[in-house]
Amino acid sequence: MINSIGRVLPEYSEGYGEIRPFAGINKNVSNSEYMNRIDTVKKHKASKRRNNLAELIRELEIKDGMTLSFHHHLRNGDKVLNMVMEQVAEMGIKDLTIAASSLFPVHAPLVGWIQKGVVTSVIASYISGPVAQSISQGDLKYPAIMHTHGGRARAIESGELVIDIAFLGAPTSDCCGNINGVQGPAACGTLGYAVSDAEYAKKVVAVTDNLVPYPAERVAISQEYVDYVLVVDSIGDPDGIVSGTTQITRNPLGLKIAAQAVKVIEASGYLKEGMSFQTGAGGTSLAVAHFLKEKMLEEGLVGSFASGGITGCLVDMFEQGMFRALLDVQCFDHEAIRSFRENSRHQAMSASKYGNPHNKGAVVDQLDVMILGATEIDQDFNVNVTTGSDGCIMGGSGGHSDTAAGAKLAIVVTQLVKKRNPIVKESVTTVTTPGESIDVLVTERGIAVNPRREDVRKQLLQAGIHLVDIKRLKEMAYELTGEPQALDKDGRIVAFVEYRDGTLIDVVRKI
Amino acid sequence: MSEVLRSLLFIPGNNPGMIQNASVFDADGIIFDLEDAVSLEEKDAARTLISMALKTFDLSPKKIMVRVNPLNSVWGPEDVLRIASCHPDAILLPKADEKAIEACGKLLDEVEKNKGFEANSIRIFALIETAFGLEHAREIVDASSRLDGILLGGEDYTADMQIVRTREGLELSYARARLANLCKAYGLQFIDTPFTDVDDFEGLTFDIQEAIRWGATGKAAINPRQIERIQHAFMPTQKDILWAKEVLEAWSEAKKQGKGVCSLHGKMIDSPVVVRAEKILENVMAYRQKEEALS
Repeated sequence: MINSIGRVLPEYSEGYGEIRPFAGINKNVSNSEYMNRIDTVKKHKASKRRNNLAELIRELEIKDGMTLSFHHHLRNGDKVLNMVMEQVAEMGIKDLTIAASSLFPVHAPLVGWIQKGVVTSVIASYISGPVAQSISQGDLKYPAIMHTHGGRARAIESGELVIDIAFLGAPTSDCCGNINGVQGPAACGTLGYAVSDAEYAKKVVAVTDNLVPYPAERVAISQEYVDYVLVVDSIGDPDGIVSGTTQITRNPLGLKIAAQAVKVIEASGYLKEGMSFQTGAGGTSLAVAHFLKEKMLEEGLVGSFASGGITGCLVDMFEQGMFRALLDVQCFDHEAIRSFRENSRHQAMSASKYGNPHNKGAVVDQLDVMILGATEIDQDFNVNVTTGSDGCIMGGSGGHSDTAAGAKLAIVVTQLVKKRNPIVKESVTTVTTPGESIDVLVTERGIAVNPRREDVRKQLLQAGIHLVDIKRLKEMAYELTGEPQALDKDGRIVAFVEYRDGTLIDVVRKI
Repeated sequence: MSEVLRSLLFIPGNNPGMIQNASVFDADGIIFDLEDAVSLEEKDAARTLISMALKTFDLSPKKIMVRVNPLNSVWGPEDVLRIASCHPDAILLPKADEKAIEACGKLLDEVEKNKGFEANSIRIFALIETAFGLEHAREIVDASSRLDGILLGGEDYTADMQIVRTREGLELSYARARLANLCKAYGLQFIDTPFTDVDDFEGLTFDIQEAIRWGATGKAAINPRQIERIQHAFMPTQKDILWAKEVLEAWSEAKKQGKGVCSLHGKMIDSPVVVRAEKILENVMAYRQKEEALS
């Protein structure tokens, strides 16, 4: 079958089931039925504390075919997933589903367990490194499922994704499972991606290396959801926890793009008192925040909130009074962790509050301006942040599709050509975010407005901003790089890309 | 090249990524560099790369110069012949003296004739970067009718003088004043030396103001991040524009009344003040048109 953006999909897939094709960004709005949060009533009179992982795994009665979940707040410093899986694999358990909010290069040992059949299914919102490579090469028995951050929370809360056991890396916990992310050697800040897992998994294990006397303070996940508290030597490497690009770019092209993006925000009428804003953690996106800060200072404007994964750049704006609050699902760097620890207006939010399209109100729907990156964008404004141009998985939506759908002005900032590859293309390798939800594309060689946003186009022209048709941008890119060869469309499907509402927007094929 | 160039961006001739994006940067002109930015083993390759770039990319309306190697080096003459055959707007000749300018002019005559280009259409900018060059600046200007301007090479000049180049740049005052005056006298452009600390924007701003104070018409940049500040500094301020308009209005009124002088806010306006005001508004128009064309 073919979905509404022209992608060819199977009707059924083993390990996934019936396919629901993507039909448009706000079409599938009412099919979620919420699970009861607590499926059994138990009295935990006995201690929850455990000191031995192997014994706990026996106690948990993990069986073949179960789904184990993990969160990614410890990012590339995470030790929890590997520690648990090593033990599970040693016990000969097979056919497991790993439902991790994201997977990083540090999770490379998972490749071996995938190849041995210990893990046969992977569900995540973002996958990079060796696991992504392995899945792309077809090692996994069933196609991986790639959610958005909001879509993952929706799937858990609606019962589409049933978690048997959630292992929560807990930078600090007390003996009853009151967890916070701001204290301890592996402090990572907020714990937004772990909340749905804690609330809906059949069993919940807090894995901590910082056990504090009861009751713990600054509780992010509360004891009523936690079955066990496992104490270990270390849950994460602090150097890896704050990984990723969190510095403003020095690349002059990126700076030019960022300056142009701020002009677009201003010309569109969104640079105003009370504005809300989010940006990714890429160098160019952060430069947008930097230039926006200068503009807001110049105009004396105070925004309502900045949201998302929070970086030092946004903390700086917040502390200089440019936003009344930060709504934080994940801290990207030390500055963000410090700010969250110190300032009550730097608030945590769960992934569901952040971007679940089927709850009673997501933060993304309150966003005025969202700055997004792109690995590829096509002439229908569809964006790929899931695979490289070679078709290999190298990321995933994260909050990309959620924020694009919610924000009043979704701006993609990207260079037209990167590493000799055209970024603006006739058709993207994989659709992560539908073009329907992207309003403006800003490149170093021109700005294009989605024809769906005639209002924005008029405002930009009125402000004297020169606009280019996105097809012309594609031609400019091809003039520099030549036309890229299309990838094989018939290979085995290795991953399903789900839109935030649970419909299928695209598939990834074996490389 | 009669058009005033506020900013000229140096792009290393061996950096394909930068060359490919030359049209993207907002400078009035680009200087592709075959000299200092290119190591000895890459000289040939850079020459080929720049030749191809000139043939392939449409960089208009930017003005394109190529800094060739000195004519007394093994690469210099071949640089001029190969690059001129691709018809850049100008050759930037390093270590310029009158002999080099004359020799360069002859090579350009040859290429223009062989290729059927309009005579004298490839212009020369002289890079003055030695004490000898500075003392012979007048002779350099007289050496070729192709000369459109002079660029001061501050790093080489201070090295030749065995003095230290400082952030404040006082040691460049003599060179700036002498070249600015000479260029003004001969209707040439005087392009100031680049500011080399690419992260010191405060120092850059001060340096541009110094150059403007002595009479520079433009300034070279070695990093695209320097361009915006340079362009901005050469643009007359709103205050200047308002003053110039008031002067011309007062002058027009005075002429109607048959007066040769008048006053504005208590200050006398006479012919030189009017010329200054006219020049400000002329520059504003020219720069705005340029920005329109570049956008």
